[in-house]
Order: sequence, then structure tokens, then C-alpha cells
Amino acid sequence: MNFELTEDQRMIVEAAAGFAKRSPVARMRGLRDDAVGWSPEVWQQMAQLGWLGLALPEGVGGSGGTIVDAALLVEQLGMVLAPEPIVTSLVAAHAILAAGNKAQRDAFVAPFVEGRASLALAWAEGPWMRYDRACRAVAVQGDGGWRITGEKRFVLEGHTATHLVVTARLAGVEDSVALFVVDPGMPGVTVRPLRTIDGRRAAHVKLDVVVPEDRRLRGDGKPALDLALDLGAALACAEGVGIMRTVLAMTVEYLRTREQFGVKIGSFQALQHRAVDMFVETELARSLATAAAIRVDGDDATERRLAVSAAKVQLHESGRFVTQQAIQLHGGIGITDEHDVGLFFKRMVALNAIYGDADYHVARFAEGG
Amino acid sequence: MDLSFSPEHLAFRDEVRAFILTEMPPHLRAKAEVDAHFEHHEVMEWHRILHRRGWVAPLWPAELGGPGLDATSRFILSEELELANAPALSPFGLAMVGPAIIQYGDDAQKQRFLPKILSGEEVWCQGYSEPNAGSDLASLRTRAERDGDHFIVNGQKTWTTYAQHADWIFCLVRTDPNAKKQSGITFLLIDLKTPGVTVRPFLTIGGTPAFSETFFDNVRVPVANVVGAIDAGWTVAKALLGHERTLIAAVGAIGRTIRTCKQIADAHDLDQDPVVLAKIARLEIRHRALQMTNYRALAGAQLGHAPGPESSILKIRGAELVQQAYELAMELMGHDALAWFPEEGIVPELEAGIASAFCYLRATTIYGGSNEIQKNIIAKHLLGLS
Ligand SMILES: Cc1cc2nc3c(=O)[nH]c(=O)nc-3n(C[C@H](O)[C@H](O)[C@H](O)COP(=O)(O)OP(=O)(O)OC[C@H]3O[C@@H](n4cnc5c(N)ncnc54)[C@H](O)[C@@H]3O)c2cc1C
Repeated sequence: MNFELTEDQRMIVEAAAGFAKRSPVARMRGLRDDAVGWSPEVWQQMAQLGWLGLALPEGVGGSGGTIVDAALLVEQLGMVLAPEPIVTSLVAAHAILAAGNKAQRDAFVAPFVEGRASLALAWAEGPWMRYDRACRAVAVQGDGGWRITGEKRFVLEGHTATHLVVTARLAGVEDSVALFVVDPGMPGVTVRPLRTIDGRRAAHVKLDVVVPEDRRLRGDGKPALDLALDLGAALACAEGVGIMRTVLAMTVEYLRTREQFGVKIGSFQALQHRAVDMFVETELARSLATAAAIRVDGDDATERRLAVSAAKVQLHESGRFVTQQAIQLHGGIGITDEHDVGLFFKRMVALNAIYGDADYHVARFAEGG
Repeated sequence: MDLSFSPEHLAFRDEVRAFILTEMPPHLRAKAEVDAHFEHHEVMEWHRILHRRGWVAPLWPAELGGPGLDATSRFILSEELELANAPALSPFGLAMVGPAIIQYGDDAQKQRFLPKILSGEEVWCQGYSEPNAGSDLASLRTRAERDGDHFIVNGQKTWTTYAQHADWIFCLVRTDPNAKKQSGITFLLIDLKTPGVTVRPFLTIGGTPAFSETFFDNVRVPVANVVGAIDAGWTVAKALLGHERTLIAAVGAIGRTIRTCKQIADAHDLDQDPVVLAKIARLEIRHRALQMTNYRALAGAQLGHAPGPESSILKIRGAELVQQAYELAMELMGHDALAWFPEEGIVPELEAGIASAFCYLRATTIYGGSNEIQKNIIAKHLLGLS
């Protein structure tokens, strides 16, 4: 066992921490009411720093790093709630890597690595999707290619994505999942942006579109979707750890400075113990998040699924407790929109809802992965 | 011992239900059914409807406009209104300053203020907390200096809920800077239209402007607006805390949110899911435990026992269960929980306001004496630990 960072990883963390210093939560706060919700300029910087291709193979212009590398980056970005669509793009990119051919990787993933494109995975449908990843959207083969009809909900960052990786069932093939790359500008695609609880955006996407054959990723869609969503879940856990570490530090600092009854409130044992519980939860979540990132890199799909589900359930329990207690220990000021603690709290709510919620992952874990 | 309501109380419950059914206007009912946020004018509309029926101030004595109900009936009234999701009336006039004036005010104050609280013509807010005086309320610094038959008030209050809609504020102010802590504080009524008062509303994490900062810059307030004796405001404030309203633990509101959870589960085809059913059942059991504890406290009140520190049990558990009920609703919503102030058609109507309420209600364990403070009270006064 070895949980030490490599030299390269230390550099990633350092660079990301440096970025975080220059890009405080106030930047995200300012972007909440912006129609885009993230900064194209920062996106370019991230591309130049090599962050977009960090966990992508050299063949598409990436640096061939691991998911652990990406998780370290995402954890740092989580500490300042950087809203750029790195994770959502990476998730879709990995679906393309898993099921696409060389031409498709070059056409869709390489531009993302260079910062010229962003990607989104359009998989979720009706509210019943929590246990069931089966598609209602359907693809029928015809003259001009594939005709896809259906509706995708809560496509994260789908409002700005240059390409959408869409799941659809193949007509006549029971229980199938196929992947297609669809552009939002194609006739028959409507993208309806919506605001999400964490100040970001998602989109509801309606599809009645014909795409040429070269837009179909030929590999089996099911394992590709599974892998992509597990990657998303693992990175959500990493981001969640960044959030927990941040609100824990904020809260401890507040306990050290806030005075009531003539003393620092941090001198009350009830609050000391609460802070310790927050610390314990953060470390437990951190352990499982690290394990999940390592397993997503590995070849064993069952181990990966177990590790990701465990981490995601722990994130739900720890993340909710830690962010809620952070508000509680701040008292009234924690309930204001002006204080950052609420922004972290709400991002944690979103992280717990996406890439499979706790109920989904508990059930999957119980089934043995 | 007996778990059932008497026939008279059951009849009263039917009467309340029938009243709500016939008197709640359709536009309010439509919002109540989907747990939507009520605007201030809608709350006041409902206030006037209850006032016409004589039920707006259940705690007040009959000769001052109360309905003359016994403790159990008052509880039934409140539980049924919450269960129906009727707009929650502002408590500041009806349940706080009103009872304070009734108990400690002089006749002039009673005549001047009580009728307009009842009718809803004047809306009140509560000015206790300050930036540096929250849990430790007695360290408050807003000063009131005597100038003939006026006080000159300077300072700042904060977290003043709905000050932007209020006409009057009841404040705790420091009148004797040399006295120690609790002594030297006065309970003062201030007209918010007085020159020198500034109200700055701000947003909560629920995205709604529910509270304000309230600034006082050389505000002249007649000495006649002191309730109780000068420098004895702490007694008035404490009496309010021990009031019967603390015996009402949001039991109805929690029950209603549980009902909402069931409707959401239904809408998501989860109403047969054993995991979901078990989660809802667990919450319902906790809710029952609270409800029964509340009934026990009420039965005591019915016999004339004053509410004691055990009301802290209700506050602690009620506040937590409100939060847990909304957490469950959010879980059941799945991805829909992501939607923030969604446009029509994005999520089922029933769910549109849940995320905002879920966030805002993180406040229940903070306001009105935080759960930590309630636990300190129980430890000290019930368990004898100090
Ligand atoms: C939504 C909302 C509405 C409100 N509306 C009003 C209003 O209308 N009028 C009004 O006057 N006030 C209002 N308040 C203020 C509320 O009463 C205070 O927030 C509350 O008293 C806590 O004070 P504080 O915020 O200063 O927190 P602090 O007192 O600073 O507390 C910070 C943390 O320390 C804990 N703590 C403090 N002392 C102890 C102790 N001795 N032992 C253990 N833990 C302790 C607290 O529980 C809390 O977790 C409102 C607050 C909120 C959130």
C-alpha cells in the first residue's frame, strides 16, 4: 500500500492550489447569474495548464495521467467551487474513449483537450432513472444514418456543451444502450437550460434528430456508460472531499474567533466534539474517495463498482453531515446567501444527487457491485 | 390514561377542517397543495380570514380578542392549519409582542396595539439579535439614552425576519450601560417609520429575502413605548420564551411534509419500493414520538402546569425532524432536486419549491435558541448538570 503522492502529483496539487488562490469562491459567486455560468477565459487557462487532458491518453493530446491525478485536481478545484465543466467533459470524453474509434476520439475528444470544445453526457431521463439506466430514447437506423428520438433531463453543463454524448436504445434490440455524439445545433435538437441548486446549469434536451453513421460509437454502450458514470461519481467524491476540507477549516477558524458569553465558542466542548466529528467524517470520506479513484483506473470492473459505490454512499453521509454542521456552527450568518458556507452546502447537495445517488449505490453495493 | 381526544375535541377538529375547506380561497389552496412559498400579502389575506372567524390569536384571552379555547383545542387548531399547509402567520405580533403587551403592557398600550395586531393592520418583527449578541443575547449593545420623555436609540439588530414587511419592531435595548448583562435591558416598541431607522433585507441560502439587518441612527422613541418597567426588559423577554407557543413543535408541518414525501414517491414510481417505504416509515415513527410527547406536554398544560424546560425537547426534536423530512423529500426527488427556482414544466409542480425550503430550513436548529442552547438548558435545569 502506498498513499504518497508522486512528484508529478505534488506538482499538480501545487499548481491547482495556486490557481485556487487566484480564483476564490467569489469568482463562482459572480458567475451564478451569468447565462454561461463559467468562464471561457479560465477554460483556456486550464487547457494551457494541461488540466483538461490530465487524465486522457497521449493519442488525443492528453498527458496520459491517471484518474487519481484528475481526482487531486478536482479536489483542489472543489475547494473554490470552480464551475468550469471539467468533470462533465471528462465523463463524456471517457465514454467516447471506451466506445468510439480513432476518428471519433480525434474529432470529439482532442478539441476538448485543447480547450476548443466542452462535452456533456446526456443519459438521464425520467425521474425513475434512479435505479434503472435503461433508455426510453430510441435510435432507428434509416437512410441518412440514425434517427434518435427522446428526451434527456438534467444534462449537466449541457447548456454550453459543444457535443452531447447521448444514450439511446437501438430499436428492436431489447435492453440495449448505444452511444451517439449529437451537436446541440443540429436540426431537431432543443436544449433548454435550467439553473441548478449549486448555482450552475444543466439542460433538458429534446431530440428528434438524424445523425450520420459516423456519429454512432460502435463499442458496447453499456460498459462505456457504466465506466463514464463511475468516473463521474469518483470525481464527485474527490470534489466533495475538497468541499468538506474547506468547510471544516472555515468552521474551525470560526470557532476560534467567534465570541459569545465572553469566550470563544470553540471553548465549548459540545462544539469541539462536533468539529471532531466533522473531521472524522471528512477523513473517512477521503479514504474511500481515494480508493474509488484508484479503482476507476484499474481493470477489475467489479472492484471498481464496489469502490465507487462505497465512496459515493460515504460522500452522502459524510458530506451532508459536514456541510450541515458547518452551517449550524456558524449560526445565523451560515443561513445567509452572502456567506460562502451555504454555497458549499448546496454544491454538496448536487454532488449527492448526480452520478447515482446514495440509494442507487447502496443497492448496487448490496448486489455485490 | 387515554390516547383519544374527547368527543368535544373531535368535533372541534371537524369544525376546523370544515372551516379550512370552505374558507381557504382557491388561489391559496392551489399554493398550499404544492407547498409553494406564500408571499407576504397572501399570508396577510389568510390572517384576515382567520381573524374574521376569531381564530387568529388562539393564545389571547377572550376579552382581548382571543377565541377562548382550551389548550388542547388550541393545539388542534394549530396542527390542522399546518397539516392543511395554510399560510403560516407571522408569529411576531400574535404570539410574541401581543402576549407580552397583554402580560406586561399598560392599558394605553393594550388599546393602541392589540386591535391592530389582531386585524393585521400592523405587522411586527422581532429585534433581539445583534451581530455580536446571538446565543448570548444579554450581551446586546443597542443603546437607548433618555432624553426627556423620549429615548434616543442607536445600534444595529440583525437576522430580523421579514422586517421589510413590518410596521413595528419590538426590541431589546440597553438602557443602563453600567448594569451587568441581563439587568439594564429594556423592552421597547419602535415604529419602523421613525426617522433614522434603516432596514436592509438580504437573501438566505434558500434564495429568498427572509431576513434583514435593521439599523438605528438617533431614533427618537417615546418612553411610553416601554413594555414593563425600564431596565426590566429581560423579564418580559424571558416570559415570552416560556410561553405556550413553545409547546407547539411544528408537529403539523412535519406531518404535512411527510405527506409530501409520499406524493413525491408516488410521482417517481417509488411508492412500492421497500427501501423508500421503510425510510418514510422511520420518519413517521419519529414524528409520532414527537407528536405523543407534545400531547403529553399539552395534557399537562390543560391541567394548568406551566410549560417548563421540557419544551426544549420539543424544540430540539421538532427542528431536527423538519430538516429530516425535507432531506427525505430531496432524496426522493432524485435529479429533480437539482432544479433551483425552475420554470414551469421542468419538474412536477409539487417539487418546485422544495429545494429552496430545504435549504432555508437549515435555520430551524439555529433560530429561536439553537439546539445547542436548548441542550444546555436541559442539561442544567432538567438533569442538574452544570
Ligand atoms: C432564519 C433566521 C431567522 C431569524 N430571525 C430572527 C428574528 O426575527 N429576530 C431576532 O432577533 N433574531 C432572529 N434570528 C437570530 C437567531 O435567534 C440567532 O441566529 C441565534 O440566536 C443564534 O445566534 P448567532 O447566529 O449569533 O449564533 P452564535 O450564538 O454565534 O452561535 C454560533 C454557534 O455556536 C453555538 N453556541 C453558542 N453558544 C453556545 C454554548 N454556550 N454552548 C454550545 N454551543 C453554543 C450555537 O448553537 C451555534 O451553533 C434568526 C436567525 C435565523 C437563522
